[in-house]
Amino acid sequence: MKAKHRRLTFVGVGLLLLAGAAGLVLVALEDTVVFFFAPSDLQAQERAPEGRIRIGGLIEQGSLERGGTPIRFRITDLKATVQVSYRGLLPDLIREGQGVVASGLLVDGLLEADEVLAKHDENYMPKEVADALRRAGTWQGGS
Amino acid sequence: MHALANPTRFMRLAGTILPWTIAAAAVCLAAGLWQALVVSPPDYQQGETVRIMYVHVPSAWLAMFIYMVVAAGSASFLIWKHPLADVAAQAAAPIGAAFTAMALATGAIWGQPTWGTWWVWDARLTSVLVLLFLYLGYIALVNAFDDPERGARAGAVLALAGVINIPIIKFSVDWWNTLHQPASLTRLDAPAIHSSMLVPLLLMAAGLFMYFLAVLIIRMQSAMLVRRSRALGRVACGTAGPQA
Repeated sequence: MKAKHRRLTFVGVGLLLLAGAAGLVLVALEDTVVFFFAPSDLQAQERAPEGRIRIGGLIEQGSLERGGTPIRFRITDLKATVQVSYRGLLPDLIREGQGVVASGLLVDGLLEADEVLAKHDENYMPKEVADALRRAGTWQGGS
Repeated sequence: MHALANPTRFMRLAGTILPWTIAAAAVCLAAGLWQALVVSPPDYQQGETVRIMYVHVPSAWLAMFIYMVVAAGSASFLIWKHPLADVAAQAAAPIGAAFTAMALATGAIWGQPTWGTWWVWDARLTSVLVLLFLYLGYIALVNAFDDPERGARAGAVLALAGVINIPIIKFSVDWWNTLHQPASLTRLDAPAIHSSMLVPLLLMAAGLFMYFLAVLIIRMQSAMLVRRSRALGRVACGTAGPQA
């Protein structure tokens, strides 16, 4: 009985210590674990980030110029925006109002992206339902 | 749990349950696949690609659930010396590894048309890849010793340490910015997932869970037969130690 309790305590304390260590590591790595920064994160930072950066948000309504190369659009998180230029093919899902993650170099506040990924949200529904919800005005997502 | 500690009683109960789990898996998977591939509508944004979700999401759920089974079995083996716990943990691990690989593969196939990339190193995808490596490491470690008892003990410690990864997988999409979308089912405000898509998803999840139970029982039965034949071999040779 006693040995059993000792083993239980040993495993329990071991797991707690491990969880604490993992928690500290993850908190310390916060900025490297995030996959992208929001435009307002960039504004909040004192100096412009060096090297490659990923910026994520929504494509601002009315900002997408598909016609020429480079393709231009603005990423917004409704607090700040970043202008993006991109040479390449856009994923099918990309449209105004759509979530997007662009990565590249930030030059004078302009993101020269070499990769643009569509971010899908957690909503799944048939087209008719999406249309009906938008008509009823209860939901404004998608496009 | 203690009623099942008796291997003979477990074998008898497992033999009774097995046909039912196989039947339930067959019925749920048939209905689920029919619902997922034929009845359910295309998604308003993803179109037909959404059907990958009906395999991807249940696989990912099971990958995490089976890891908890392996970890619970390992804890029960280390702490309470439950005689079937390490058998269950070792029997479950390769099934969990297979579901993890399935979740990663279907996720990549879905990601290419939807996101525009097969793979990114975001927190969700990376932590699930770590889960696959934990499974493979556990399987390798358990089998790396001549003495099965020592292998089971070393594997159990690894499995318990790896439990830290499970909440990281689950909450990665909430704690950090990830390319992977957050959970659809645990949200309370509509709309996250429409009922015409929820029904096939839950059917597939139930079917794959029953499939897991059936394979787990079969693997445990054969592992116990191996164990028994090894014990009989020791008696026949008149030695107590394991045979090389």
